[in-house]
Amino acid sequence: MGFFEFAADILPRLLAATGVTLEITAGSMTLGLIIGVLLALGRVYGARPVRWVTNVYIQFFRGTPLLVQLLIVYYGLSPYFRMAGLRLSPLVAAIAALGLNSAAYQAEYLRGAIQAVRSGQMMAARAVGMSRVQAIRHVILPQAFRLVIPSWSNELIYSIKYSSLAYFISLSELTFVGKKVALNTARTFEAYLVVAAIYLVIVVIVSRLLTMLENRIRIPGLGVSRAHR
Amino acid sequence: MDTILHSIWPIVRDGLPNTVLLTLGLLGLGLALGFPIAFAQVYGYRPLRWACKGYEQFFRGVPALVLILLLHSGLARSFHILLPTFASGLIALGLRSSAYQSQIFRGAIQAVHPGQMIAARSIGMSKWQAIRHIVLPQAFRLSIPPWTNEYSSVLKDTSLVSAIGVVEMMKKTMLLMPTVQYREGAKWILMLLIVAALVYLLLTYAGNMGLGLLERRVRLPGFEMTGKVER
Amino acid sequence: MTGESTNDIVLRAQDIHKTYGDLEVLRGVSCELARGETKVVIGPSGTGKSTLLRCINQLTIPDSGRVWLGDTEITCKDCDINAVRAQIGFVFQDFNLFTHLTALQNVRIGPMRVKKMDRPTATRLAVEELERVGLGDKAGAYPAELSGGQKQRVSIARALAMFPQLILFDEPTSALDPELIGEVLEVMISLAKEGMTMLCVTHEMGFARTVADEIIFMEGGIILEQGAPDRLFSNAREPRTREFLNKITELYGE
Repeated sequence: MGFFEFAADILPRLLAATGVTLEITAGSMTLGLIIGVLLALGRVYGARPVRWVTNVYIQFFRGTPLLVQLLIVYYGLSPYFRMAGLRLSPLVAAIAALGLNSAAYQAEYLRGAIQAVRSGQMMAARAVGMSRVQAIRHVILPQAFRLVIPSWSNELIYSIKYSSLAYFISLSELTFVGKKVALNTARTFEAYLVVAAIYLVIVVIVSRLLTMLENRIRIPGLGVSRAHR
Repeated sequence: MDTILHSIWPIVRDGLPNTVLLTLGLLGLGLALGFPIAFAQVYGYRPLRWACKGYEQFFRGVPALVLILLLHSGLARSFHILLPTFASGLIALGLRSSAYQSQIFRGAIQAVHPGQMIAARSIGMSKWQAIRHIVLPQAFRLSIPPWTNEYSSVLKDTSLVSAIGVVEMMKKTMLLMPTVQYREGAKWILMLLIVAALVYLLLTYAGNMGLGLLERRVRLPGFEMTGKVER
Repeated sequence: MTGESTNDIVLRAQDIHKTYGDLEVLRGVSCELARGETKVVIGPSGTGKSTLLRCINQLTIPDSGRVWLGDTEITCKDCDINAVRAQIGFVFQDFNLFTHLTALQNVRIGPMRVKKMDRPTATRLAVEELERVGLGDKAGAYPAELSGGQKQRVSIARALAMFPQLILFDEPTSALDPELIGEVLEVMISLAKEGMTMLCVTHEMGFARTVADEIIFMEGGIILEQGAPDRLFSNAREPRTREFLNKITELYGE
């Protein structure tokens, strides 16, 4: 059997698992976005204690491995959930851990973007009579969101790849199922290559889509800077 | 609680050496491969540039975990090449780091103001002389901040080699979990994991501080990350 | 400012053409420089003045045309362009000092790396040149610590340290604040008086009137008119020349 026939053979199982991967990614990015925005706003505009707390959060989630965070949520917290009569499913745990992690990075990127919006913009908004909140909402954030798109795209790619960590809690996403499939055959190397290929394809497609989106909503004169994770 | 305190030492004693060794090894391997690749991408011929771009794309698109499994059990079962687990992890993640580091160096080289190269050529330097004496010294300084990022990334990724059984800090922690559960109850696993997390945090800070010192040592007045000169 | 035409032609450019995209920036420009002469090129922006300079030392490759340095043609395929550039000094509008090196190191690196001078000799030379431009005390300063005028003077010292046959100045004062222009022009004037062969693109008419042997007026990619400063200012042939000179004197003073 040639490589491609072999690949076609194992593809169905893998594609089903890919669905779970995408679920994890979508869930965690959304969670990350919501929490991330709040954290960023807290970091930039909050009172001292708020800034301190958000800083601690961000430092913790950026300075420790995602795997540890995942295990903390799944193994560390589940006893507490059980006490409350709830069950923590691996999928929810994965989305939660990845989401909390992503929030830290998204917060930093957004903070950078907010600070990159020139101070003159805020001054002009206040001069027109807007309150601070209005200025943030109507002038600063729209610009900041555009500036943050490249970094956000980067983060999305990372999420797709790090969803693979759910392997460690036996969630049937692409890597976990991939391992099962790979160990089921003697052609393990090729099986893993197919898994890698699927990730690659997803990442390339998503990158292209995001670039198209970036170009669509570009405004002349509003510079874009790349941040790195 | 007792067990928790007693776990800190084993985590450090049994896990830290491999974590540190892996981190250093990955950074080293990544540097050794990454710099030539970056160089080839900036100054090389088109087909070479394409090849490097492909290399970069591959390692940016495939999860680290998959790479580790591919290299270890993939090679072992398909080709009967059984690498020691440490080596598998080192090579898989090292190649990955080289792709990211090549990006860092490429960005740094390209961030050096083009006027620098032009000025160097204008006094008669050859392209190679200009690269060696003018561009690279500046690119080196520009690459320290993103490289500090890469250190942090690499340190955290070492936790993934626990998947193939390397006993570094993560694996050791996972091995201790049943003991803690037995001795103190499942609720204390959280504490154990937080302790492990804190050790990683400490390592991250230590490394960041070290690299920060380096950055300050080689800093030039007025020479910021953008590489632009103030007027 | 010797004004004597000797047979010692240092630079000859013949029929230089250069096109960028759709725009032909240089449409057949020729000029000549004898040893010790100072010539100033003026004209509206975008008329290819800077491009001309860059074509001379091949930082930009002309589409057609030939250039000679002394008796040797430098626009040939196999020429060692690095050796040629070592003999032509170039002063940029943006200074382009090497940001990671001190003033001394900036001036010294050409002699050391290109001319393979040993470190002590090169250092002595660099100190001399820095003192010549009035910056002996700034040898250890980094470019970021210098004012614009100081940077440009270091830049001139860097060119001088190579003992060039001529120096090309590409709008050397255009990026400077007004108070800093004077110190740079002073250096340039004294260089001209010492007999350096110079080709300058600039707006500084005061400089031109003091030391230029000839002013070349370019527009639309060709030389419209050229001649001695006094003649051009009082009695230019072409109306466009007169117009431009009037405007320039208005804006920049004498």
